[in-house]
Amino acid sequence: MKYFSQPAGLGHDGLQRRELLSLSAGLGLSFVLPGLPGRAAEKRGSERATSLITLWMHGGPSQLETWDPHPGTAIGGPTQAIETTIPGTQIAAHLPLMAEQLQHLSVIRSLVSKEGDHERGTYFVKTGYRPDPTVRHPAIGALVPYELKSSSLEIPAYVSLGEGQWPGRGGYLGDEYDAFRIFDPGQGLHNMRPRVGDRRQDSRIEGLSMLSQSFRRGRGQLADRTMHQRTVEQALTMMNSDQLKAFEIEEESETTRKQYGDTRFGRGCLVARRLIETGVRSVEVSLSGFDSHANNFEAHQNRAAELDPAFAALIQDLRARDLYDSTIVLCIGEFGRTPRINPLDGRDHWPTGFSTVVGGGGLRSGVVIGETDPTGENKDPADPIKVQDLYATILSQLSIDPDKELMTPIGRPLFLCEGTPLPQLLRS
Amino acid sequence: MFKRLKIYGPALVLLIGLGALVWTTAFPTVEARIADDAPREIHQPHRDVIEQVNSWYEQSWQSQGFVRAKFADDLTILRRLSLALHGTVPSLEEIRRFEADRRPQRLALWCQEMLADSRYGDYFAERLTRAFVGTQQQPFLVFRRDRFKNWIAEQIQDNRPYNEVIREIIGKEGLWTGDPATNFVTHAVNDGDIDENKLAGKTVRAVLGQRIDCAQCHDHPFADWKQQQFEQLAAFYGQTRISPFGVTDDPKAVYEIEDTRTLEDRQVSPAVPFNPEWKPESGTRREQLAAWCTSPDNRRFARAAVNRIWAQMFGKAWSEGAPYYARIDDLPDPEPDVEVDPIPLDMLADAFVESGFNVAEMVQTIAALDVFRLSSATDVPDDELKEHVDHWAVFPLVRLRPEQIVGSMMQATSIKTLDQNSHLLTRTLRLINENDFLNEYGDLGADEFEERSGTVPQALLRMNGRLFGDSIKPNPLNATPRIAIAAGSPEVLLETCFLTCLTRRPSGAEAQYFLNEWTEQNNQKSGGQAYDLYWILINSPEFSWNH
Repeated sequence: MKYFSQPAGLGHDGLQRRELLSLSAGLGLSFVLPGLPGRAAEKRGSERATSLITLWMHGGPSQLETWDPHPGTAIGGPTQAIETTIPGTQIAAHLPLMAEQLQHLSVIRSLVSKEGDHERGTYFVKTGYRPDPTVRHPAIGALVPYELKSSSLEIPAYVSLGEGQWPGRGGYLGDEYDAFRIFDPGQGLHNMRPRVGDRRQDSRIEGLSMLSQSFRRGRGQLADRTMHQRTVEQALTMMNSDQLKAFEIEEESETTRKQYGDTRFGRGCLVARRLIETGVRSVEVSLSGFDSHANNFEAHQNRAAELDPAFAALIQDLRARDLYDSTIVLCIGEFGRTPRINPLDGRDHWPTGFSTVVGGGGLRSGVVIGETDPTGENKDPADPIKVQDLYATILSQLSIDPDKELMTPIGRPLFLCEGTPLPQLLRS
Repeated sequence: MFKRLKIYGPALVLLIGLGALVWTTAFPTVEARIADDAPREIHQPHRDVIEQVNSWYEQSWQSQGFVRAKFADDLTILRRLSLALHGTVPSLEEIRRFEADRRPQRLALWCQEMLADSRYGDYFAERLTRAFVGTQQQPFLVFRRDRFKNWIAEQIQDNRPYNEVIREIIGKEGLWTGDPATNFVTHAVNDGDIDENKLAGKTVRAVLGQRIDCAQCHDHPFADWKQQQFEQLAAFYGQTRISPFGVTDDPKAVYEIEDTRTLEDRQVSPAVPFNPEWKPESGTRREQLAAWCTSPDNRRFARAAVNRIWAQMFGKAWSEGAPYYARIDDLPDPEPDVEVDPIPLDMLADAFVESGFNVAEMVQTIAALDVFRLSSATDVPDDELKEHVDHWAVFPLVRLRPEQIVGSMMQATSIKTLDQNSHLLTRTLRLINENDFLNEYGDLGADEFEERSGTVPQALLRMNGRLFGDSIKPNPLNATPRIAIAAGSPEVLLETCFLTCLTRRPSGAEAQYFLNEWTEQNNQKSGGQAYDLYWILINSPEFSWNH
C-alpha cells in the first residue's frame, strides 16, 4: 500500500519510505522515526512482548445468560446450560464454541462493584477506580502501553475496535494514551491517503511545518501541550507505515474470517489478533446490545451468536500462533443484570455478583472463582472479587507493578491499581 | 418542435433555476459596508465591575510576580468573540465590514451586534442543552432533545432572565412536545420510571456548579455534602410522575428508597442542604427546589451561571491558580463572608444578580475584561508559561470544540456569512456535513470544557478527510477558485486566504515563504495555490485552537 507516492522515476517501496524519513527529519518532525518492523509474532518465549485484549461487553451482559447460568430456577429464565471443558462447570447453552475453549480460561462469577449507572460503571470497570471529580484515571488498557512502551511501533499502541460508547482513555497519563478508535474494523481505514500527489503533499507538509513553528513563537510549552504538531507527525508516520496492514483482514483466509464471523465484533477480534501480532500492546473490542431491560433472553441469544464464534476463534488462533502465553484476554462489561426478571421479560442493572472470563498471558486456566445464589435472594456472592484485584492480577502478570505510584496533575500520587493480585489466578 | 419544447421546457426551466441557485450560493457578492442604522453608542454594562475585576487581576499579577501579556489585536478578539458566540471564525464578509468600521469601541459594538444574531442563541443553546440533558437522544418517545434545545435558543435570544429559565427547567409540568422545558425531567426516564438521583445530581452540577453525585453512595470526601442531603434533594423529584399526558407532580405521593445497609425501603422527605429560608412553602416540590436554587441569595447559583458564561467565552472554566477548580461543575464553596476579599467570580456573580440575571450583559462584561483581550503569546520564560496561563496573565490556548472546527472550516470555505439568511441548500448541506464530521472527530459530550489535546484521528481527518478535501478543492461551488480569480495578484490571494482561515494577515516571513514557493512552482495555477494554502492553513494549530 502506497500512501506517499514517490517522485517520478522512482519505483521502489523502500526508497519511497526512505524519502519520507529523510523528509521528516529535514522538516524537524521529531516524532520517533520508525525503526525496523518489530512484529511480536517474530519473537518467542520471554522475548515476546506481552499484551492485553479486552472484549468489552457494552451495556452490561447478564451473568445468567453467559458465564453463570442457573437453569431450572425461578431466576434462571428459559436459558439452558451446557457442560464445558472445565469439569463440573456449565455456561449458557448458546455459547457452545466457548464451552469447548473454556479450559484455557478462568471464570470469575463474583465480581462486585457499586456503580449501577452505565457511564459510571464503565468508568469503574475500565479504570478500577470509581469516578472522582478531581482526577480522571487511566483505563487499564492505557496503562499497559504506558508501562510497556514499544519503540518500533508506528501505529497506536492502544486501539479500540467497534462501536462502544466510552472507549478507554489515557486520563491523567495524557490524551496521547486515549484509545485510537476504529468504528467498523476490517472494513478499510478512513483518511489514510493524502488527497494530492507526493510532491504537492511534501510542499504542503513543509508549509504546515513553517506555520506551526510560527505559531509556537511566544507560546513555546503551551503550543507543545496542544500536541497538535506531534499528532500530525504521528499521523504522517502512520499513513506511510506497513504496519497499517494489521488493520486489514483481506490477507486472512476465508476460513479464518468465517471462523471469527463476518460481524463487526468478529472482524474486530480478528483485527485484534493481527494488531497484537504486529506489536500493539492493548486492544479493546466492543460488542454492544447487552442493555436488555426488555426481551433479555432474545437479546442475549443474538449477542451470543456474535460473541461465541469470535471469542472462541480468537483463543484458538492465539494459541495456534503461539501468542496466547503472551496475551491476556479479558471478557467483561460494566456490570451484570438482576436475577429478577421484570415484566418486560428483561433484566435490569446488577453490579453485585457479575461475571468475567479471563485467560492467557501465562495466567492459570480452568479456575472458577465465586458463586451466586441460585434463588437470587442473597444479593452478595460467595467469595466476592474486587475489580481492582482482577486488574492487579492482570498488571502483575504483564510484569507491571500495580503498586507503582504515579504523580497526577492534581499533585496527588496514585497507585496504578489499588488491588491485590489474586493468587488463584497466578501460577506459583 | 413545440411538442419537444413542451417536454423539455419545464426541465430546462428547472435546470436554469437550479443553476442560478448554485451560482448565487457559490458566488455571492461581497459587500463591505456598515448599515446606516448601526448603533453609534455603546451600551457597556457593569463598567464599574469591569474596572474592579481588571484591577484585581493587575494587583494579583503584581503581587505574584507575573508579567501580563500584551493586548491582542482587534481581529484576534473578533475571532474569539465569533467562536464563543457563533461557534465559527468570522466570515471574510464580516472581516471586511469590521475593518471598514471606524466607530470608536467597535469591538464592544460588534459584541452587542453578535448577541442580536440568531447564531448566538443557537450556539449557546447547544452548550446549555448538554449541561442539562447531555448529548443522547434517548429515551425515545418521552424525550425530545431538539425541542428542549430550540426552546432554550429562544430564551437566550430573547435574553430572558436566566433564573426564570432555570426555574422552568426544574419545575415545569406538561408534555415534552408542548412544554419543552419538561424534557429535563424526561431525559432521566428509565424504563418508564423517573430517576430522581440522576435529576438531583444534574441539578446540583448544572445549576449550582458543584458535584454531589459521590454523595449518592457515601458522604462526599471533600466538600461538605452528606449522603442524606443527596437523598433529600432527590426527594424533591420524588412526587414527579410521567404519563401519556406529560410530566406532573402528585402531592400525595411518598418518596421511598431502598436503604443500602438494611436493604429495606424507607421514606425520605425533601430538604435542602443549607439556607431553608430561601425555599418557599407553596408550590410543588420541584417548584420549591427551583426557587431555592435560583434565589438571589444563593451565591452558588450566580457563580455557577457566571462560570458557565466564562467557560463559553474562554473555552475553559474559571479558576484561580489551582487546576483542580477548572471544571465547569466543580466550583469551590463560596466564602461565607464574600465582602472581605471578593474574587473575580464573586464580583461578576454580584453584577449578574443585580442585572436581574441578564446573560447578554454578562457576555458583554466578560468580553470587555482585560483578561479576555490579552494575547496568547508572551515573552515570559517557557517554564513559567503554564503558571501565567493558570492566573490569566496570558490568554489560554484551548482546543476548539468539534462544532467550532467544522463550523469554522465551512465558514472559511465560503466568502459570504453562513447564517440564518444563507440558502436552505447551504444550510442543509452544512447540517449533514456537521453531523458526519462530529461523529468522526469525536464529540466531547457534556465534558466539553475539559482540557484536551489533539488526537491522531483528528489530524488524519483534517489532513485527508472527505469533508475538508471536498470543501477546498478548486471547483465552482467552493470559495477557493473565486478567491483566486478575484485576487488578481499572489499577494492579495495570500492575504485573503489567511483572513478567511486564520482571521489575520500573513507575517512578513510567512508572506515571503509562500510567495517564494509559488514563484518556484511557476506552473501552478492560482486555483491550485489557493487549494494547497487552504489545506496548510486549516491543518495549522492556529486554526484548531482558540488563542
